[in-house]
Amino acid sequence: MGAADTPQQILDPKKRYQAGVLKYAQMGYWDADYEPKDTDVLAVFRITPQEGVDPIEAAAAVAGESSTATWTVVWTDRLTACDKYRAKAYRIDPVPGQEGQYFCWVAYDLDLFEEGSIANLTASIIGNVFSFKPLKAARLEDMRLPVAYVKTFRGPPTGIVVERERLEKYGRPLLGATMKPKLGLSGKNYGRVVYEALRGGLDFTKDDENINSQPFMHWRDRFLYCMEGVNQAAAQTGESKGHYLNITAGTMEEMYKRAEFARDLGSCIVMIDLVIGWTAIQSISNWCRDNDMILHMHRAGHGTYTRQKNHGVSFRVIAKWLRLAGVDHLHAGTAVGKLEGDPMTVQGFYNVCRDMVTKQDLTRGVFFDQDWASIKRVMPVASGGIHAGQMHQLLGLFGDEVVLQFGGGTIGHPMGIQAGATANRVALEAMVLARNEGRDIANEGPQILADAAKWCQPLRAALDTWGDITFNYTSTDTSDFVPTASIA
Amino acid sequence: MRITQGCFSFLPDLTDTQIAAQVNYCLEQGWAVSLEFTDDPHPRNTYWNMWGLPMFDLRAPAGVMGELKACREANPETYIRINAFDSTKGWETVRMSFIVQRPTAEPGFRLVRQENRGRSLHYTMESYAVGRSPEGARYAP
Repeated sequence: MGAADTPQQILDPKKRYQAGVLKYAQMGYWDADYEPKDTDVLAVFRITPQEGVDPIEAAAAVAGESSTATWTVVWTDRLTACDKYRAKAYRIDPVPGQEGQYFCWVAYDLDLFEEGSIANLTASIIGNVFSFKPLKAARLEDMRLPVAYVKTFRGPPTGIVVERERLEKYGRPLLGATMKPKLGLSGKNYGRVVYEALRGGLDFTKDDENINSQPFMHWRDRFLYCMEGVNQAAAQTGESKGHYLNITAGTMEEMYKRAEFARDLGSCIVMIDLVIGWTAIQSISNWCRDNDMILHMHRAGHGTYTRQKNHGVSFRVIAKWLRLAGVDHLHAGTAVGKLEGDPMTVQGFYNVCRDMVTKQDLTRGVFFDQDWASIKRVMPVASGGIHAGQMHQLLGLFGDEVVLQFGGGTIGHPMGIQAGATANRVALEAMVLARNEGRDIANEGPQILADAAKWCQPLRAALDTWGDITFNYTSTDTSDFVPTASIA
Repeated sequence: MRITQGCFSFLPDLTDTQIAAQVNYCLEQGWAVSLEFTDDPHPRNTYWNMWGLPMFDLRAPAGVMGELKACREANPETYIRINAFDSTKGWETVRMSFIVQRPTAEPGFRLVRQENRGRSLHYTMESYAVGRSPEGARYAP
C-alpha cells in the first residue's frame, strides 16, 4: 500500500512544530520503513476509514490516538523523547474480500506501558481510538506482547498442570454443568442440582454469570448448600469435585468477603464475571494465588464488543489479556453449541489459552507469533448448548485440555440430573478410549456412542432426546483468510 | 460403591487387551508409563506406592503388561493405576491415569460433618477400609 500522495513525515523541526494542524502521517505516526523491535508491543487493527480518508492517514491516526497524539501540534512534544513515544503504523493491507476495510499494523515502544497493568495497556490501545470520527469502524484483531512485557505479569494463579494435579484428574476433558434455571432457585433447591450433577459423574458444577445474591437466594445460603452437595458427591464417588462459586459483587470488599467464605468452606474454585473489570480481575487473581484457589472466568458481556468483525475487540485479544491478568478457566466457545463461534476461529482462542508459544496462524485468526514466556496455561471452557451426541466433535476440535460444560444437556435429561451427568461422562470416556485405540472418531463417533448406549441407558436416552439437535447458523466472527463453513 | 477416579471408571473394567491399547497410545505420545498401587484411595492421597520406576525408554506395551501382572499378583485386593508421565517442557506432569485393578468390595467413604460457627460445616472424608484395618489388611476378602 501507499498512495503516492500520502503525506510524508515532516522532518524539519521548525515546520513540524509550527502551531496548527498537521496530518498524523506528517507528524510521524506512519513509518513504512519501521522495523519492529523484539520489545515492542504490536497490534493489528481492522479499520474502515470514512469516505475520502486515505487509509494510510487513517492508520497513522490510529497509531497517534492510541499513543501520544492529539488533533493539533503541541510544542510540549519537544520536552520529550517524542520519536520514541510515538506509536508507528508501519504496514497496511486491504482485508481480503472486504472493500473499504484495511488491516493496519502498529508498533508501540515498551515504555508506553506500566508493567503488570492490563488497565493501563487497554487505556492506551483501546482508549480513544475507537470513537475517532475519521474512522467509520475499528477492531483490534490481535496483539503481540513482547516477552519483556509478559514477564511483568503473574498470569494464571493455578494453570492447567497444577489444577489437574490438585484434582488428580488426567487424560480426558473435565466435565461441568451450569445450574439451571439461572435464576429463582432457593439455596436448598440449588444445592440439590449441584449434588445430583456431581454425583452422576461431573467434575464441576457452576453458578451462572448473573447468580450473585438476589432476593430468592442469599449468597451465603448458596455457598453453604453448594458445598454440602460437593462434599456429599465427593464422598460417594471417592473423586474430587468442585462448584464454581460466583463471587462477583458490587465492590472489591464484598468480593473478598465472599472469596474468603468460599475458602473457609473448603471450595477449590471460585468464579468471577468479565464485567468486574481488569483491575478487579488482577486483584482477585492475586488473592487466588495466596489462597490455593482456582479462578474461573465467565466472559459475561464480551459479545457486545467481540462478535461483529468490523468494530470492537477480537476475543483472541481478550483471551491474551486475561492470560496475563491471571485466570485459570476461560469460556472460549464451543463451535458446535448455541453461541457464536466459527470452529477455526474458536480453535485460535483455545491455542492462545493453552500454547507455550502460539505461532502465527491466519486461518485461525492469529496474526502474530506469541511467546508466553512460561506463563501458565489457561484451561478453556466450552459451554452453551452442547450435548452428549456431539462428544466426538468436541473431542476432535478441542482435545483433552478443556472443560466441557453441559448445562441443559445434564439437567434436562428425561431420567433426571444424575442420569444426564452419567450419560455425558460415559460418552466422554468411551470417546477418549476409542480415540486412544486409534479409531477415527470424526467418522465413527456416532457408532461409538451408539455402542456405549447399548449398556448405558442414560446415554441411550440422551441420544434419543438430543441426538439431532444442532445450531447450524453462519458465524459472524470468521477468519478472512480462508473460506469458512459452519459445522453441519 | 465404585470409586470413579481415573479416566475410564465409568466404563466396564478394561480387559488386558484394552489396557495394552491405551499403554500403546501413551508410548506413541512419548510418555513414560508407571504403575502405582494403594489400599488408601482417598482422593487427596497423592502418593500411591510406586511399583518400580516409571518405564522410560520403553517401546512396546508388553513390558508394562508384564509388570502389571506381577503387581497384581503381589498386591491382590488393592487399587492399581497406570500413569503416563510427559516430561515435555510446560507439562512435566501426568497426562493420563486410569485404574486397572480394584478390590472385590469397595466400601467407600464416610462424610464427617463438623458443625462450625453459624451454619458453616467443616467437611472431612474418611475411608471405611482405612478406618477399620491397618495398611495391607484393608481389603482382605
